[in-house]
Amino acid sequence: MIQTLRRRLFATPIDAVVTILGLYIAWRIAVPLVHWLVLDATWHGTTREDCKGDGACWVFIRARFGQFMYGQYPVPERWRVDVVAVLFVLVGAALSRRNLPHRGRLALAATIVLPPLGVVLLHGAWGTGLRLVETREWGGLMLTLFLTLYAGLIAGPLGVLLALGRRSRLPLIRFVSVVFIEFWRGVPIITVIFLASILLPLIMPTGIDVDRLARAVIGLAFVIAAYMAEAVRGGLQALPDGQTEAAQALGLGYWRIQRMIVLPQALRIALPAMTNEFISLFKSTTLVLIVSIFDLLGIAQAALADPAWVGMNMEAYVFAGAIYWFACFGMSQWSRLREKRLRTAHDR
Amino acid sequence: MLKAGIASGFNFLWRDSGIEVPFNLTGYKPSDTILALLWTGIVNTLLVSAVSIVVATVIGFSVGLARLSHNWLLSAFATFYVEFVRNIPLLFFVLFWYFGVLAALPMPRASFGLFDVVFLNRRGLSIPTPQDVTGLRLALLATVVLIGAQVLLVRWAHARQARTGRDFPVWPVGAVVCGVLPVLAFVAAGLATSWDVPVLRGFNYRGGFVLVPEFVALFAALSTYTAGFIAEAVRGGILSVRQGQIDAALALGLSRGRVIRLVVIPQAMPVIIPPLTSQYLNLVKNSSFGAAIAYPEIVAVFMGSALVSTGQSIEIIAITLAIYLTLSLAVSLFMNWYNARHKLVTR
Repeated sequence: MIQTLRRRLFATPIDAVVTILGLYIAWRIAVPLVHWLVLDATWHGTTREDCKGDGACWVFIRARFGQFMYGQYPVPERWRVDVVAVLFVLVGAALSRRNLPHRGRLALAATIVLPPLGVVLLHGAWGTGLRLVETREWGGLMLTLFLTLYAGLIAGPLGVLLALGRRSRLPLIRFVSVVFIEFWRGVPIITVIFLASILLPLIMPTGIDVDRLARAVIGLAFVIAAYMAEAVRGGLQALPDGQTEAAQALGLGYWRIQRMIVLPQALRIALPAMTNEFISLFKSTTLVLIVSIFDLLGIAQAALADPAWVGMNMEAYVFAGAIYWFACFGMSQWSRLREKRLRTAHDR
Repeated sequence: MLKAGIASGFNFLWRDSGIEVPFNLTGYKPSDTILALLWTGIVNTLLVSAVSIVVATVIGFSVGLARLSHNWLLSAFATFYVEFVRNIPLLFFVLFWYFGVLAALPMPRASFGLFDVVFLNRRGLSIPTPQDVTGLRLALLATVVLIGAQVLLVRWAHARQARTGRDFPVWPVGAVVCGVLPVLAFVAAGLATSWDVPVLRGFNYRGGFVLVPEFVALFAALSTYTAGFIAEAVRGGILSVRQGQIDAALALGLSRGRVIRLVVIPQAMPVIIPPLTSQYLNLVKNSSFGAAIAYPEIVAVFMGSALVSTGQSIEIIAITLAIYLTLSLAVSLFMNWYNARHKLVTR
C-alpha cells in the first residue's frame, strides 16, 4: 500500500514537488468550495432574508424548483408532465429487458404510439378535454428532455437512412445524402436554430403555422441526424463486405439485408459514437435560448433577473450545471459499460 | 415574399448600416455599409477563434499528457478536468463566465492588476498597445527568417547524416534558433517600442486597448471547453502508439527523450492531427455562441442586428451559412489531403 503510494506519487523529486503542490492547490480550492456549497449554506427558509450565512442560498433553488423543472407550465396541470415522464420511463424500462417476447415489434409500436401521445398529453385540447397549454408555457428541465427526446427520435432513424444513402449505389441518392450531411455538419447549430425559426414560416404555405418549439426540434434534429449519419457510417464501414455478399448469395433483397444482417451489427458497433452524438444533442438543446425558448439553462438565466432574488447567479448556475453534468456523465458511463459488456460477450 | 413586402437582392449590403458595434478592430463606424459590418463580424469571429485556439491547444496538450502521467494525483486532476468540461454544455460556460464570473469582478478602481500594465475588472481586460509597430514587425520578420533557416538546417543535417552517418544536434540548436532567439527579438522590440499603457483616470482606465467582457468570457469558455476535447485527442493519439514500439526503442539503447521524440511523437501526431483539426473547426463554429452574450461576431451582428434592420432574412442567412460552409469545406479538404498523404507514408 505505502509502496504503491510511493511509486505513484513520490517516484522522483520532481514528482514529490508536483504531488505536494497539487495537494496544496486542491486543498485551497476544495475547502472554500465545501464551505460555500454545504457547511455555510442556507438550506431552509422561504425568502432571500433567510439567507444570512456566507454560503450558498439554496432557499432560492427550493423556491424556484417548480420553475426549474416545468417552466411556466400551469401548476394544476403539471401532473400531465409527470404522467408523460413516468410513461416514457416505464416503457423504456420494459423494452430494455432482454427476455421480453416480441421485443422488436413492441419497440416499434412504442416509438410510433408514444411520442404523439406525449405531445397530446402535454399540449392538451385537440378534443381530449384537457386544458390547452401552449408550448410558450413549457420550460425548464421538462423542455430540455422534450427537445432531446423528440429531436433524437427524428435524428436517429434519419441518420441511419442518410448513412445508408451515403453508401448507396444510386448516384442521386448518394449525392443528396452527402450534400445533406456535409451541409448541416458545416454550419453552427446556433445558425440552424435561427434558420429554422425564420425560414420555416416563410416556406410553409400560408395558413399552416409551424409551432416555435417544433421549429427548434426540426432544426436540432437535422443537424444531429447529419452527425448521427457519420457515426452510423463508421459502424457500416467496420462491417466486412462478406456479410452483405453472403446475404446476397442467399437471395435476400436490399432492405432485408440491411434490416436483418447489416444494421443489427453496424449499429452495435456504432453505439458508442451514437451515444456521444446523443449527449451532444442534449447539450445543444441549451441553444434554444437564442430564440427565447426557456429550457433548463434558459430558466436559470431568466431567474437571475428576478428582483426578489438578486445575486443568486452562482446558485442558479451550480444547480443547472450539476443537472447537465450528471445527465451527460451518466449517459457516457452507461455507454462505456455497455461497450465493455458487449466486448466480453464477443470474446467468449 | 413579395406579398410580405420584403425586398430581395443583395443591394442592401451597400446601404448604411446605422448599427453600433462596441468592439471592433476594423475601425468600423455606424455610418459604414452593411458589408463593412459583416467584415467586422468576421474579424471578431476570427480574432476570438485564433486566440482561443492557441490557448486551448496549450491547455489541451498539457492536460492530455498529464492524464497519461504516472503521477497518480496529476492524472486524477487531468481526468477530473476532462470529465468536468466535456459533460456540461458550452453555452453554460459562456453564460457562467459572463454573468457569473466577470459580472462579479470588482469595479475599475479595485481592478486586478498584473505588473501594473494589464488590468482586469468588470469593464473588461485592459491591455497596453504599442504606439509604433515597426519594431514588432521587424521581430516577426526575424522569427520567420529564423524558422526558415531552421528548416534548411534540418534538411542539411538529414542529408549529411544519410551521407556520412554523423549526427547533428538539431533539437538543441532548433530550440535556440526557433525558441530563444525569437523571444529575445520580441523582448528587444518590446523594450524599444513605446507602449500606451492603461492608466486609471477617475472611474475608468484610459489608454491601451480594452478587451470587452464579452470577448473575455467567450474566450475563456471556448478555450477551456475545447481544451477538454483536445486533451482526449492527444491522449488517444499517444495511446495508439503500441507499447512494443517503445520497448523496442528502449532496447536499442535510446534515451527516454529520444524515444519520445523519434518514436512516440512521429507515430502519435498523424493520429492526433485529424481530430485536432476538427476540434479547431468546432471551436470556430462554436464562436457563434458569442451571440448569446452579444459579442459582436458574425451571427450576432449579421444574423441578428443586420437582419432585424433590413428584414432580408433569406439573403442574410444564405451569406452567413456560406461563410461557415466555406470554412468547413476548406478544413475538410485539408483533412482529406492530410489523410491521403499520411496513408502513403505508413506501410
